Formats: sequence, C-alpha cells, structure tokens
Amino acid sequence: MKIQDRIVRWVFKPAVFAAGLGPFAWLVWAALTGNLSANPLSDLTNETGVWTLRFICITLAITPLRFFTGWNVLIRFRRMTGLFAFFYGTLHFLTYVIADRFAGLDFTDGMFTIATARNLVASVSEDIYKRPFITVGFTTWMTMLPLAVTSTAGMIRRLGGRRWNLLHRLVYLTGILGVLHYWWLVKADIRRPIAYGVVVGALLAVRVVRARWRAPARGAVAPRLQPSE
Amino acid sequence: MLIKPVSDIRSSEITDKKLYLNRREFIRATAGTAVAAAAGTIGGEALLQAAPPAAHGRKLENVKKSPLSVDEKQNTWEQITTYNNYYEFGTDKDSPATLARNFKTEPWTVAVDGECNKKAAWNLEDILKGQVLEDRIYRHRCVEAWSMVIPWVGFPLSDFIKKCEPTSKAKYVEFTTLYDPKQMPGVRSPVLRWPYVEGLRLDEAMHPLTILTIGLYGEVVPNQNGAPLRLAVPWKYGFKHIKSIVKIKFTEKQPLNTWQESAPQEYGFYSNVNPAVDHPRWSQATERRIGEFLRRKTLMFNGYGDQVASMYAGLDLKKNY
Repeated sequence: MKIQDRIVRWVFKPAVFAAGLGPFAWLVWAALTGNLSANPLSDLTNETGVWTLRFICITLAITPLRFFTGWNVLIRFRRMTGLFAFFYGTLHFLTYVIADRFAGLDFTDGMFTIATARNLVASVSEDIYKRPFITVGFTTWMTMLPLAVTSTAGMIRRLGGRRWNLLHRLVYLTGILGVLHYWWLVKADIRRPIAYGVVVGALLAVRVVRARWRAPARGAVAPRLQPSE
Repeated sequence: MLIKPVSDIRSSEITDKKLYLNRREFIRATAGTAVAAAAGTIGGEALLQAAPPAAHGRKLENVKKSPLSVDEKQNTWEQITTYNNYYEFGTDKDSPATLARNFKTEPWTVAVDGECNKKAAWNLEDILKGQVLEDRIYRHRCVEAWSMVIPWVGFPLSDFIKKCEPTSKAKYVEFTTLYDPKQMPGVRSPVLRWPYVEGLRLDEAMHPLTILTIGLYGEVVPNQNGAPLRLAVPWKYGFKHIKSIVKIKFTEKQPLNTWQESAPQEYGFYSNVNPAVDHPRWSQATERRIGEFLRRKTLMFNGYGDQVASMYAGLDLKKNY
C-alpha cells in the first residue's frame, strides 16, 4: 500500500469521522448539561435537521471540488459524509417521532404498551400524510435510505457501477427536497433556507454545466434512423 | 447601390473585448460571492448555545395580587428571558436575550391617535401615574405550539383607554412597536414589514384580562420581553402580545396586523388560541409547556373561555382564525 493511501486511511479518515461525530457529541453534551435553550427538544430537532442539510451539501460538494482542484482523493470521503447525512437525518426523524409525536399521545393505559406503539404509528403516519412539509421531510429521508443501504463495497459490486451510479443520483433529489422541507418550516425568515438553496443549486448547476461541456455533440455524429428508412 | 451606409454604431460603443471578458468575470464573481455568502450563513451559527438570562431589574412597588391569575407552576425567570420571539432583535429564540441588552427604554413616549378626544404623546410616567399595578400570572401560548406560565406585572388596558376617551367611531385599537434600526438589528432585514403592528377589537381591548405589561416576576420587564410597555392578551397567540409599544390608535376599520399581512392564509386578525383550528403547517391541538417532555392538550381560548367566549358568539372561528 502506498504511503499516501495509508495516511488517508489511518489519519484523514479517522479525523473526518471524528469531526462528523462532533455535532452529535456536542448536542448530547449540551442537552445533558442544560446548555441548550429552554426548549431543548425543539433545539435537538432543529439542529439534527440542519446538520443533515450540511452533510448533504458537503457530500454534494465533493465531485465539483474534485473537478475544480483535481484532488481525486476526496472521493474516498464521500461515502462517509453521505452516511453522516443519513445518520443525522435518522436522528432528526427519531427526535421528531419522540418529541413531537410520542410526547403528544394519550397514555390512557400506561406509557409502554402495545396500544402506545399502535397510536404512535398512527400518529406519525397521519402527520406525514396530512402535513406537506412533514411529507417532504419524510420523503427526503426516504431518498437517503436506499443510498445508505447500497453504500457497501459488496452492494456496489452486486449492482454494478453504472446502475449504482444511476441510483445514487437520488442524492440530487435529497438536496432539493431537504431545502424545500426547511423552507416550508420557517415562519418568515427565509434567509437560511435560501442560503442552503443557493449552495445546493450551485452544486447541481456545476454538474449540469460540466455535463454539457463533456457531452459530444449528440445527434450530429450518429443521426438516429427512422424505423421506416 | 454600392456605397454602404455608414454604420450607425460608433466604434466607441462597441464593447471592448477586455470589458466583455470582465463581464464574464463579473458574473462568475457574483455567483461566487452569492455562494460564499450562503456558505457563511450556513456555517455562521454552527454550534447552538444557550443565551444568558436577563439581569435582574428594578423592583416594582405596591403590586397587588389578582384573582385573574392562574394557579399553575410558573416558568422560571431564565426560561422566560432567554426563549422568546421578538423579531426586531433577530429571529432566533435566543436573539432577543443577546441583542436587546443595550436597548434604551428611557425616556419613552406613547403616541395616542385616531378616533379619540385625548390625542397626545404620553410619557410613560404619566401613563403609570396613579395606576395600581397587579400581578397577573397568565398562561402564554405561542402560535408555534409551545407555552409558558408567566407572572406579568401590569394594569388593565381599559384603564388607559378610558383616559384617551375614544369616540363612538372607535371600533378597533391599533398598536405599533418602536422602529429603530440603530437599536434593533432585526429591522434591518425585511423579514416582516416594519414597524410591527397589532390590533384588537375595542371590546377585546377593554376586557379585564387584557393588560399593559411593565413587569415580570415583580421587577421591571427585561428588554427582550418587550420593555418598557407590552401587551398581554392571554387567550390569543403570543404574536398578538405586541412589545415596546410607541403608538396606540383608535380606528373605525380593522387594523392589518403584521403577521396577517405577511402570511394571511396562516395568521388572522383574531388569532384566538384554538385547538380545533390548525395552523396550515402544524397542529394546534397540543403544545409543549416549556420545561416539560409530554405535550399538553391545548385549551380553547387558552383556558380563558369562561371569561372571553361570549365576545365571539356567532362568529365563525374557523373563518376568523
């Protein structure tokens, strides 16, 4: 193994992994020591959501960064940042389920019963169905699920590179829906959702522009024949 | 004809190639700046932290107890002074606590205007002269589905309205918050249309539960909570409780309150707490009392139905949300 590979594997990857866990560690510490606001459950929901978006942006930035800088080594971090986006997205969803849905149930027969589980599922489903911004948020999380599941080397092999690549383009939708979900949530101050919109938009635009440049002048080379000819 | 007409484009009008290239640079730079600014906004408040509570203020003397107070566990000074909305000082819950610290509330005048006999600029001291202060421990329900129990100190708005002598034309009361970009960083952004405006029907304004608030926990109300003079209308969502009032106007027509103007399909004029009428984006059926884990059922008129429901007899509260 080349020395650069070893450095990436044993130094940079662990460092990025630790950095990715940083926000989680901070939130746990702050929640336990009372360093969040007077409404810690709302903070946890908001912060895990915002960190999901941040990791989606970081993940989407890797390909353009490679393109502009030529640092191909960046690709080796993409799975990790993508999985962190899924990690924070899952925490976000779970916080919502617990703080918003579970905490709002009636516990007529006690808290930890089959009825509670049933009511919780009903309450979450109803909310996802009824409220567009929750629908979009849940869909955003759902778009990450197959990407996380197929993130292993074995799955890449099984799917084949082309199909895997095609599937993983779903992350573009994740970015767009994530921004939409955030936009829909805020009351009047849309500056932060706009900021995420600008970043996600720019990262997707770079890809479109690049694809245009790289594409051969299609049609001019091999005009398609009409069946009758 | 062989003679070509003279081109009517002067050579000086043809864009210099250097400029032409500069324009591309410019577009690229603008796009780059937009992305950089966006990245700054995203990373700006990376780690959330609690804001410090307000410093304790001057004690208010001779404060009477009131039978209109509720007997529920009160939220703490720290909770009340670090977690609230006051968009003039930023849109995060902790922004007012941080950014209102040096807000100047003395001297303070309130302009009284509109359909009344005593149009004047009132000094706050004159408004308070001879006024009996009362403890009013009220449930406070935010439209965002959180709530607190807050021990305000104040006096009935009706006492002051009587001094203004509204005419028979006065059907509504319109309130305006101070607009001061020098002191209020939030108003430098067009998040809402400034100044902030709220309104009540005259009978709502005259209701004994409606108070002008100058204190919290027996002390002068902290800046972040709307000093020096704010409204409390406990059966209505929090955004009706206008802060730092500089103008009170009696009107014949229903005022257009700021949030209604901003999003009329979401916020109405009445904004009575109502568990049966959801905000279009979230449920109003339950609320989180700050400090509790399990959510409480939201009460009709925030639990003040016995006192206020009669004012809305015959009014469709689904339409008049």
